[in-house]
Amino acid sequence: MMAKKVLHSLTLNGEEVEVASVAGATLLETLREDLRVLSSKRGCNQGVCGACTVLLDGKPVRACLTLTARCEGHAVQTMEGMNGDHVMATLQRHMVESGGVQCGFCTGGVLISARELLESDPSPSRETVKTALSGNICRCTGYRTIVDAVCGAAEELSQ
Amino acid sequence: MSLDQPEPTFVGGTVGKSVAKPDNLEKVQGRAEYIADLYRPGMLHGAILASPHPHARIRGYDLTEAMQAPGVVAIVTGDDVGEGRMGAFIKDEHAIAKGKVLYVGEPVAAVAARTEEEARHACRLIKVDYEELPPVLSPEDGLAEDAPILHEHLADYIKVFDAGSEGNLCSRTELSEGDVDAAWAECDVIVEDEYTTQAQAHVSMEPCGALADVDATGRVTLWSANQSVFRVQANVCESLGLPMSKLRSLTPRVGAGFGNKMEPHIQPITVALAMKAKRPVKLILTREEDFEMVRARHPYRVRMKTGAKSDGTLVARECEVLVDCGAFADDSPGVLGYSLLMCGGPYRIPNMKATGRLVYTNKLRFGAFRGFGNPQVLFAGEQQIDQIGEKLGLDPFAIRRKNMLGEGDQWFVGPRIGSNGLGQCLDAVERASRGPRADGARRNFGLSVTAHISGLLGTGAIVRMLEDGTISLNTGATDIGQGSDTVLAQICAEELKLPFDQVAVASPDTDGSPYNWGTTASRVTYTTGRAVKAAAKKVVDQAMDHAAEMLECDVEDLELREGGRIGRRGSNTDVTFAQISGRAHWAVGGPLVGSETLVFDEPTHDPKRAIALGLPFPRIGVFSFAALGVDVDVDDTSGQVTVHEAWSAADVGRAINPRLVEVQLHGGFVQGLGYSLYEEMVWDGARLANPSLMDYKVPTARDVPDAIHTFIIEDPDPTGPFGAKGAGEIGLNAAPGAIANAVANATGARHAQLPLTGERVLAGMLNSAKART
Ligand code: FES
Ligand code: FES
Repeated sequence: MMAKKVLHSLTLNGEEVEVASVAGATLLETLREDLRVLSSKRGCNQGVCGACTVLLDGKPVRACLTLTARCEGHAVQTMEGMNGDHVMATLQRHMVESGGVQCGFCTGGVLISARELLESDPSPSRETVKTALSGNICRCTGYRTIVDAVCGAAEELSQ
Repeated sequence: MSLDQPEPTFVGGTVGKSVAKPDNLEKVQGRAEYIADLYRPGMLHGAILASPHPHARIRGYDLTEAMQAPGVVAIVTGDDVGEGRMGAFIKDEHAIAKGKVLYVGEPVAAVAARTEEEARHACRLIKVDYEELPPVLSPEDGLAEDAPILHEHLADYIKVFDAGSEGNLCSRTELSEGDVDAAWAECDVIVEDEYTTQAQAHVSMEPCGALADVDATGRVTLWSANQSVFRVQANVCESLGLPMSKLRSLTPRVGAGFGNKMEPHIQPITVALAMKAKRPVKLILTREEDFEMVRARHPYRVRMKTGAKSDGTLVARECEVLVDCGAFADDSPGVLGYSLLMCGGPYRIPNMKATGRLVYTNKLRFGAFRGFGNPQVLFAGEQQIDQIGEKLGLDPFAIRRKNMLGEGDQWFVGPRIGSNGLGQCLDAVERASRGPRADGARRNFGLSVTAHISGLLGTGAIVRMLEDGTISLNTGATDIGQGSDTVLAQICAEELKLPFDQVAVASPDTDGSPYNWGTTASRVTYTTGRAVKAAAKKVVDQAMDHAAEMLECDVEDLELREGGRIGRRGSNTDVTFAQISGRAHWAVGGPLVGSETLVFDEPTHDPKRAIALGLPFPRIGVFSFAALGVDVDVDDTSGQVTVHEAWSAADVGRAINPRLVEVQLHGGFVQGLGYSLYEEMVWDGARLANPSLMDYKVPTARDVPDAIHTFIIEDPDPTGPFGAKGAGEIGLNAAPGAIANAVANATGARHAQLPLTGERVLAGMLNSAKART
């Protein structure tokens, strides 16, 4: 028999949604398999790589470690819902220009972590940026251009 | 573009500019589609049952319970695939284990079900009857007299070169020139040691995956994470006995590869499932499966001996390697041959002998990984160059400059060196790294140089001028994130003198793209770039012919002008590409298409100067060069090594896109840093003990030096597109040698074993302190 589905309601990118997910589903499974919201990636499913990072009530969480049941009545934001955000748009532009994007698999998670950092610390040092991004693994860039992009965006935003 | 928009103006050439990759936009917006993001109507999800044994005969399967599990539509085992075997060099691998399993983690059965969860659940209900066999867990054991044999029918397998296979010996290679045995007598200093290197996991952030669909005629369409749609097509068809015309291979965006996605992973299994289920099937590996099932960098044992005269002139080198192949040959014979070809480094050494054996073991296959056997031998060779320098009082730069190969010289066994900017690389690193640190502290400096080849195998390009004068470029080269679509479009745009954004790059498709061996071996910019440039030139020539007729003059009187115009020299009259292409489409001659295919054709081996046995590349060449300097700190109490600063200079002929070259140097260095200091796949008996990102550490932003300085040296290659050579691997190769040399400077102890963990470095420090007292 098929695993039992449970109905959840939550706010996704500003819209109320109802979604049926198997009991015990993670937010990553619900987003990808039940809602086909695909910007959040499965890099490890263990909470290590950061590729699945989304915002829960405005705070970054690992979608692979967050149970969908925990999101009942809460607000979830994915990259799909952040493209109008000014801080995000500035970060995105710097990432595009700096060379911080290679394969792009880590990029969404990196950007969401970086946005969180700039909300709490508008002029971070390079060391602070590196610490804030240490939960997002990028195997392509060597991080240098990503750190450049975040610092460049911070500088532009603080002007 | 709407009709009333002004025509775009061309602002200078695009080659040499750091154009941002167009795909960056969809990636920052979360809109890029990778294999896991693709869905088809009626699609099922696949899952794999992995072997729990390293070596066992499969006596039978009991699928009864699994078939009855919820959601299950089809199950595939070795009984469902024919006798076909695939492999780039030795065809030794079935689509899925058949008759025997050869490593823990090898796919034994696969299930297609409504959901991934259901497929995984059903896998656990499959019963396989195994007869366990004694495993071979090291190359040494594999060569033992009474070793269990992995491939009993090895002699019958198809091999594409003289492999010398026998028993568990997968292949052997022997290269030599000069007379090494006699040369030792001429040497005033000799250093010799035995080195070991570990298995490294690729850890592309996107795990491997595939999606297959079968149409009403039985023809298969296959999307997968790959580095070559053509190698996917060949491997699936060989292993499943399909004619290649019955399989179309495509690629979505790829979340990086580093070699892991070059040869097959689970594409053949996914196709077998879809054929049996008669429905689309998507199979995406978990991170753990990606570690255990796919492939990794080869562990090496290297015995190396180098001799020089008292003035520092290198005289002789001998190198003997023993390479763990894992269960299947995969790219390993190529890796073995390549590492021996590169084991002399970029030096003039008149007497050289390099021999190697590749041995099957009951572990996952080892295969292509950025560097392709070069980092392992450089770890040994570049330490020995420093040791000779130390004995003779020559600094690391001086001894390398004294011995380096020059333009026009021949590389070990024969390939001729076109351009060589190594001297400039050394100058750049020396200049920038001189002097104490900002805080006045002493530098613990280490240097390594390297060369890497980027010309090999077959490729093609088709350039079509669309009706409005803009361009469609199709090469079949998969962009795995490094930016080859961008670089190839830049080359095409430059040749046509068009703005970069007027060249659209087609996604690789075996139905429509010209053949491309693959995105591997640092070869796309050089090898495919050559085809692109030549194909674009053909379109220009055709356009010239049209223009001559339209302007009623000779072709010799015409010039190609920036922005897609051809005009008469010395006059303002011209015709646009749009006018030319419109004429060609509707009135005269037919649409403009330029196509070019080529196979790299410089011989690798010069029989007049050298002996080569079992070298699986008859034709490779074109050398990029690099020098890497690092400055490290070693913690006195833990032995932990921190790289404080790095200087990476690479001669890439011509940087088509300097930013993308820099990022290759950054990313390669950091992957090499992980390899040098801590990345290591560890086996507990036959089972991989650390197949997860929790247990297998890769560098994070906090683990890398902020100061990674890059220097692009441009010594144009006469055959390269606008002078360009490869850049993909050269940034990684030198890392272990440079870091080991820096650690020796910091601690006084040499290390012959990678990775340089705190424990090993501390032990080295204690020993060298003891030696001093
Ligand atoms: S997939 Fe969630 S942290 Fe890696
Ligand atoms: S860009 Fe590939 S993992 Fe970061």
